Amino acid sequence: MLAPGTKVRVKNDWPELRGPCHIRTPHYLRGETGTVVRHLGDFPNPEDLAFARPAEKLALYHVRFDQPAIWQQGKAGDELIVELFAHWLEAA
Amino acid sequence: MNILETESDRLLVAVRGLLAAKGIATPPEITERIRITDGGSPAQGARMVARAWTDPEYRALMLSDGTAAAEAMSIPMRGLPPLGVLENTEEVHHLVVCTLCSCYPRAVLGYPPFWFKSAAYRARAVRDPRAMLKDWGTDLPAAIRLRVVDSTADYRWMVLPRRPAGTEGWTVEQLAAIVREGDMIGVTIPKIA
Repeated sequence: MLAPGTKVRVKNDWPELRGPCHIRTPHYLRGETGTVVRHLGDFPNPEDLAFARPAEKLALYHVRFDQPAIWQQGKAGDELIVELFAHWLEAA
Repeated sequence: MNILETESDRLLVAVRGLLAAKGIATPPEITERIRITDGGSPAQGARMVARAWTDPEYRALMLSDGTAAAEAMSIPMRGLPPLGVLENTEEVHHLVVCTLCSCYPRAVLGYPPFWFKSAAYRARAVRDPRAMLKDWGTDLPAAIRLRVVDSTADYRWMVLPRRPAGTEGWTVEQLAAIVREGDMIGVTIPKIA
């Protein structure tokens, strides 16, 4: 379990290039670094649910990102908070 | 048969027939679910907001467990994704978007407005949110931090806006009447008419 405040990087992975898939990780965050806000609970992996496969429950986190750093525009201090599953996060 | 080219009414009849034939959902269950879905509207969320403005204990419940707070107002939540509530304060303003599709807290806000599903809203809310808010007439003071919440997975999010000045002594019914859909998404803030 990742503690609040842990620095994480979103995997720079593009499964859509490998074939049909259903992912809940926005493209604009791949490879970006953020901070865990809190654990929201454990939910069945939507990438398996979408194809009616058995779905393991995975930790879902609220992760905070620096909005202007990601989009190269916006006001310093503004934030993006996004729900991300554990298997998309790696140590940063 | 190509389902992408089939008339939607015929497709609906076929799917409902299959759900019943396979024992997945009976016609009365489907009717009940439609009734519950149609009961969702911004007026439900507005009732929650107005109560939170006047009842500190309810406000605390709403912020810690939105689903329980909705159920406490007799809003059916069984089988629905958990509801999270984002509190606007003097320091932070929340804006909700679903960049991947149109995730929306339907039980408490009803069907999403058409613009919530538009590519323009979904792109601008994360890329250039302050300019987009200005187009809504919401000029956020520089001292307030903007927190854009991209609703990407299993939660559904609504905003608890700040109670506007000049509403001291109002009843919950009066307060609920000024809370609009956009105030609970975060594109606008409640105003006294």
